[in-house]
Amino acid sequence: MTLNEICKILQADFIGDVKDLDKEIKMACGSDLMSDVLSFIKADSLLLTGLANPQVVRTAEMAGIAGICFVRGKQPQPGTVKLAEEKKIPLLTTKLSMHESCGRLYREGLPGCDELK
Amino acid sequence: MNPVADCIGKVYLAVMSSNNSKKDSFTARRKIPERRKTDDLKFTKVQELVYELKIGDAMMQKVITTTPQTSMSKLREILRDNRISGTPVIENGRLVGIVSIEDFIKWLAEGAQDCPIKNKMTTNVKTMYADEPLIHAVSKLDQTGFGRFPVVDRQSKKLVGIITKGHIIERLLRKMEIDYHEEEIHRYRASHIFEDIIADKVALTFRTYLKGGDFDRAGEASSGLKKTLERLGIHPQIVRRAAIASYEAEMNVIIYAESGEISVEVQPGEIHIDVTDSGPGIPDVQKAMQPGYSTAAEWVRELGFGAGMGLVNIKKCADDMELTSSPGKGTHLKIRIDIRTTQPQTKAG
Repeated sequence: MTLNEICKILQADFIGDVKDLDKEIKMACGSDLMSDVLSFIKADSLLLTGLANPQVVRTAEMAGIAGICFVRGKQPQPGTVKLAEEKKIPLLTTKLSMHESCGRLYREGLPGCDELK
Repeated sequence: MNPVADCIGKVYLAVMSSNNSKKDSFTARRKIPERRKTDDLKFTKVQELVYELKIGDAMMQKVITTTPQTSMSKLREILRDNRISGTPVIENGRLVGIVSIEDFIKWLAEGAQDCPIKNKMTTNVKTMYADEPLIHAVSKLDQTGFGRFPVVDRQSKKLVGIITKGHIIERLLRKMEIDYHEEEIHRYRASHIFEDIIADKVALTFRTYLKGGDFDRAGEASSGLKKTLERLGIHPQIVRRAAIASYEAEMNVIIYAESGEISVEVQPGEIHIDVTDSGPGIPDVQKAMQPGYSTAAEWVRELGFGAGMGLVNIKKCADDMELTSSPGKGTHLKIRIDIRTTQPQTKAG
């Protein structure tokens, strides 16, 4: 699934300059707990989170996460956006809740991190 | 389309254009197709190789030959059975001619009356020397339109091989594969950095200082470590594990301690990450290692950390991990990651 398709499914908007529409996303994970994310997320995943601080971007950098989507309309601080631009990590924001975001993506066939071998 | 055939086609195109661009640059510039313009400016790998390799490197050494007395009907069997399109004609160890499938077709068209090869062969044979650069064969094949050249030794003038476009492409592909394989090995092992240093023990050490409570810069040390390890050519899986382990440790220092440092030592076979801090220390190390155990304040949890998973994560990423702490003085975390294997040797439960 491309980032562009995810954008449509979640009615999400890009934040910042990294608008990598054709980027391939293989799986997704939803969590606000960065240690949990670091523990089980795989590279090339999309991270859905309600947390909007710079540590989310740092976590994404360390774990090789392909993109971040903030749920419930959260907008990160300019510093966070700048860091993501530096690390070339695309940021999205959706008005949908965490539950509905994950549900929609799963219904459209995007697997969880434990499912994809 | 067959991908192998496509690939061979591309290589050959590249070989041929290396020749064409040279020839055309003085005469008809317009002959060069549009897409070649930028390529002309740079020297491609294939061009480099056709100058570097010798004809002797690419030629087929086992040459199927015929004699002037061999019949044309026998030639048909020879070409078919060996899947070749022509052979040199040898008499008393001397090259006297060359006969190709074109000569054979001409003979068929003329009625196929059986006769010895000597009546149909080309006698004015163009040969090449084994010690000439491969580019000469590429140019000559292109200029003359011939399908093959017998290769002779410059001194003895004896036939030592035969060269066709197919042999050139095969040799180039093999050479590129070898080069690429070598590059891959280099890219995935940091060892090449260390190979140039002659000593009993070689290690690269770098240190980053951390300031407690500095959340704006939290993660920068690990970000730097990740970049450095990538530059050293360490396998991406290993880099990821080292980065995650270091990041969790860095967050612990930022959250709990006043100051600390991350010291990384990269050795030819392993990475050691030492994280020390002057924090409050951990009263019960065993308890701290339990998943979910945390003493973090609410504000730490709001940052997405402090859920008691940090040390568990570090252990998961490391091949060895050692945590020592003295309350009131500080904590020392030692992480070892093996560079040679991509999966951790010890798995956390």
